[in-house]
Amino acid sequence: MSENKSMGQVFFNGIIPENPTFRLVLGTCPTLAVTTSAINGVGMGAAATFVLVCSNLVISLLRNFIPNKVRIPAFIVIICTFVTMVQMLMQAYLPSLYESLGIFIPLIVVNCIILARAEAFASKNTPILSAADGLGMGLGFTLALTLMGSIRELIGSGSVFGLNVLGAGYQPMLLIVLASGGFLTYGLLLGLFNLAVRKLEEKRARKEAEEA
Amino acid sequence: MSLRLSTAPHVHNPVTTQRLMICVIIALLPCTAVGIYAFGLPALILVAVSCVSAVVFELLWQVIAHQEVRIKDCSALVTGLILGLNLPAAAPWWVAVIGSGFAILIVKQLFGGLGDNFLNPAMAARAVLLASWPVHMTHYVAPTFFAGTLGFDAVSTATLLVTKSAALQDLFLGNIPGTIGEVSKIAILAGFLFLLVTKTVSWRIPVVMVGSVALFSWAFGGDPLMAVLSGGVLFGAVFMATDYVTSPMTPWGQVIYAFMIGLIVTLIRQFGSYPEGVTYGILLMNICTPLIDRFLPRHIYGHVKTEGKKEAKQA
Repeated sequence: MSENKSMGQVFFNGIIPENPTFRLVLGTCPTLAVTTSAINGVGMGAAATFVLVCSNLVISLLRNFIPNKVRIPAFIVIICTFVTMVQMLMQAYLPSLYESLGIFIPLIVVNCIILARAEAFASKNTPILSAADGLGMGLGFTLALTLMGSIRELIGSGSVFGLNVLGAGYQPMLLIVLASGGFLTYGLLLGLFNLAVRKLEEKRARKEAEEA
Repeated sequence: MSLRLSTAPHVHNPVTTQRLMICVIIALLPCTAVGIYAFGLPALILVAVSCVSAVVFELLWQVIAHQEVRIKDCSALVTGLILGLNLPAAAPWWVAVIGSGFAILIVKQLFGGLGDNFLNPAMAARAVLLASWPVHMTHYVAPTFFAGTLGFDAVSTATLLVTKSAALQDLFLGNIPGTIGEVSKIAILAGFLFLLVTKTVSWRIPVVMVGSVALFSWAFGGDPLMAVLSGGVLFGAVFMATDYVTSPMTPWGQVIYAFMIGLIVTLIRQFGSYPEGVTYGILLMNICTPLIDRFLPRHIYGHVKTEGKKEAKQA
């Protein structure tokens, strides 16, 4: 990891170039399971973002004290602390969201995005950069989940964020809110996202070639 | 230059995709005709919408993706026709459009087009429609044969797999509720005969699959004849399980594939929560086809020694 990375670059990295959901294909379990509605996507994304920023920050601060051999258990303990905080806060202030996300809130502990960022970024970079990385990755995850949740809710229930968009005459396609619909939507979005990124990169390469 | 890797056989012959597909369409004509005769105008509209939308989706994809437009090979038409015949006559037209779209765009083209789809497109589309709009997809009407009111006003009935009673003669002629294509067994058998005569399909998959359904429904305490003749077993065995792309290539592979479909169909019918299991039986074994193709040849060379020796001599 180079030291000369700018904050903006690190932050933006998680949103498009290394979007955890669509580029790194990490954290697929909550992605598939909770995105049956847009609000679930936002809630899951926000909870994961909070944990990601806090754990990245703390792990980065402690990176010179944690012995290499026990780093994974140490990371998990730090992550667990923040997940428990999120869980209790949600249970207290957003009980309905807490109910619908269910087991996937405590399971943020084993979310591979968080552990991957701790291992690959926070344990090797400065605290401020790590927090920026956590925020970027978290926002990327949140955006992806919200997008998927909105699409699945729109097709599978005819509404977005609980607002009925398609009218009463729309007959919802039930499959999309079932598990198989989750896989279908994820696969299609994954393909589209990668196609778009590839097109952008080709365009940039062409421009650079022209300039040179 | 790119080398194209493919599995055996590499023998060329003048039979084109288009010719095979036209044979399948001709074989499907009796079922289509009886289905339309039995259920009237709504069935005709549904089948027509399904065929036209399948071809249009294929055309659109190939134009947008800058591919060679190959709708002339008729494969999209066959998919649309089979899907249309797999719908109950009272289903709304948009169900056929969405089904065709799913079959052509997602199951077929996204996986690489004709020959690269891992599921039978029409079958997968039917499963999607069944999961998405179960009410429309299981609303069967009794055939009217143009007597009395047409289609939508007709009496809606449960599928025979629920009522489990019908005269044999009605089963054969098509005087039973069901999807458009599956009602008349005589029409399906006529199509099968045509496919056999033109050597479009081999007898193995349909015969073994029907035999397996009969065997297992007898073993599980049902009526084998009724099990074979009601529902979509015959239609599925002749027109959908035999899809070249999604069925195994070796004879023994085909036997295992068809036998397992029969087992799954009967298990779902007897112990599952759905009355019909042909769709899922075929789809599950479509998924197993690459595995069968990969592992079976070794077993054959081990078991059938004469074939192994012959090939060794030729080599």
